[in-house]
Amino acid sequence: MTSESRRVLTAHWDDPSVIALAGYEHAGGYRALRTSLDKTADELIQLVKDSGLRGRGGAGFPTGMKWSFVPRDTGKPTYVTVNFDESEPGTCNNRELVEREPHALIEGTAVAAKAIDCHLAYIYVRGEYLWQARVLQRALDEAYAAGYLGQGVMGSDYDLDIVLHRGAGAYICGEETALLSSLEGYRGQPRLRPPFPAVEGLYESPTVINNVETLMNVPHIVNNGPDWFKEVGTEKAPGTKMFTISGKVERPGNYELPMGTPLRVLLEEHGGGVLGGKALKAWTPGGSSTPFLTADHLDVGLDFESVMEAGSLLGTGAIMVLDETDCMVEAARRLVEFYARESCGKCTPCREGTWWATRVLGRIEAGYGRDEDLPVMADMGKNILFRAFCALADGAVSPIQSTLKHFMGEYEAHIQQGRCPVTGRGPSHDAEPAQEAVTFAPTGPFEIQGVPS
Amino acid sequence: MAIFEGARLDEAHAIMARYPDGRQRSAVMPLLYLAQSVEGFVTRAALQEVAELIGVRTAEVEAVASFYTMLRLRPTGTHLIAVCTNLVCALRGAKDVYEAAHEATGIPHGGEISDDGELTVHEEECLGVCELAPVVQVNVANHDLVTPERLREIVELLRAGEVPEPARGPAVESFKAASRMLSGLEPLEPLETEGVSA
Repeated sequence: MTSESRRVLTAHWDDPSVIALAGYEHAGGYRALRTSLDKTADELIQLVKDSGLRGRGGAGFPTGMKWSFVPRDTGKPTYVTVNFDESEPGTCNNRELVEREPHALIEGTAVAAKAIDCHLAYIYVRGEYLWQARVLQRALDEAYAAGYLGQGVMGSDYDLDIVLHRGAGAYICGEETALLSSLEGYRGQPRLRPPFPAVEGLYESPTVINNVETLMNVPHIVNNGPDWFKEVGTEKAPGTKMFTISGKVERPGNYELPMGTPLRVLLEEHGGGVLGGKALKAWTPGGSSTPFLTADHLDVGLDFESVMEAGSLLGTGAIMVLDETDCMVEAARRLVEFYARESCGKCTPCREGTWWATRVLGRIEAGYGRDEDLPVMADMGKNILFRAFCALADGAVSPIQSTLKHFMGEYEAHIQQGRCPVTGRGPSHDAEPAQEAVTFAPTGPFEIQGVPS
Repeated sequence: MAIFEGARLDEAHAIMARYPDGRQRSAVMPLLYLAQSVEGFVTRAALQEVAELIGVRTAEVEAVASFYTMLRLRPTGTHLIAVCTNLVCALRGAKDVYEAAHEATGIPHGGEISDDGELTVHEEECLGVCELAPVVQVNVANHDLVTPERLREIVELLRAGEVPEPARGPAVESFKAASRMLSGLEPLEPLETEGVSA
């Protein structure tokens, strides 16, 4: 098997039988759990440490190390909490992974639980994944009935329960401490760290929070060993990664490729190139919170280090593609608007800053931009970045700063011409009676109080 | 209690039992979903009853309910049409789909519910089906690659009392039925098309 063709998490995607337990078992499922039951917690943690597996949810923290931070002698229970609150715009690989092979998540969760002596795990699934949660619940029911969960897992003396908890439409709950607040029955607001969840997480107890894709890798590491895992990917980021490519691309979809695969390969060989043969203009490497890159970055390898070197972040590996006909001011405004809506309201720079930024961007987009708007935007970016409690606010700054960096000319043209230089849209178009219907952007020459005019 | 009594009170207790002893506050969201499945949205009475069940003040429950968009504090249509307008969907034409939703339902911008109380339109953030944008959910069931024409068709079907077949998973008959599933309970009516395959 060449490294380019290795498929681990998607190996059975052509086989619909693996959605059910019999099919999953036939494909080798639950072997890793069997093996894990005979291993000590320390052995399992070491195995995952040796593999170099890093969290797939965005931050890229080494998974084995995360597990090792959990004290197992506090007298309190330990918890595994699965972050299936996949809500980062552009990201949808967890959804398809679970739709197609739900038992793989259950097995990965069970192995993680065994590694930290946990007997009760929660899977926090975003509410919008209503059907996916049902797929998962049916898989859980099957796993209980077959003895893979419940009292005496597979005939051992190890007990494990896994319970689903549905979210209710709040992006912030993908932030791990906000997720814990939500799971405990509070508003989904982030908490101060330290204490880190590993020490004081769910119900003030030691807790591991892992992403779906991360956990799905674990059974394969148990089955095949850390050296096998490290055969693909980069030295610092081994393994394969799920990439979602969407937007202006011929074949949008979820693709599993080795970490470090250049965007060019993903876009051209797998995604079929830019939609309609147009020119690539901009792309995000990892969802809405990661700074835009451009056509100059086609050969950047999609791994944590390479993307960072290029000035962005790998995030969730969600590539959103924009072509030459797309307006970057509109794109930035729409993403910042998302953060304004999803801000939990805890911190002023985020709560207020995202709202102001949306207004100023909207004004430029609508053709009423002013010369001072650009320094104002840059200034707002600086005053939000790293000044709020969690990374949501930083995510809002990514589209602002990266579009100012790469597309300053487009902003200036909007302001000078009083319309979008790319789409031609401007006040004269919007001054039709249908104007009222456009809620996507403020559409008049308005003053913004508190912003220099 | 008006909402949680009899069999529904038993269901509420089953939901609370998903969490460790003394941690029943964790059940606030599924309990609110269950109340929403009965009344169509989260009413004042629901906030009070949930508060009583889990032993906190009503204001605490309201604080939670008002944080989450899928818990609805205002009257909501029999069917909820959620249209994603985030970047990927916007790049694929979501703006027109969203406008079509307002036009076809006759719900003005800023309004949430049709005059007959049948339909609610909600502008959604990313629904996590970006590879098949633009996407819509009808009663939290996925519809992929939705055009303005398809959206108008969906509205016509709903008005005719028919719930359109989603792209994956079974059709969900109403927002109330979706809310019940969101509480983690089995649907009251078995889902017709729910097979094992994707």
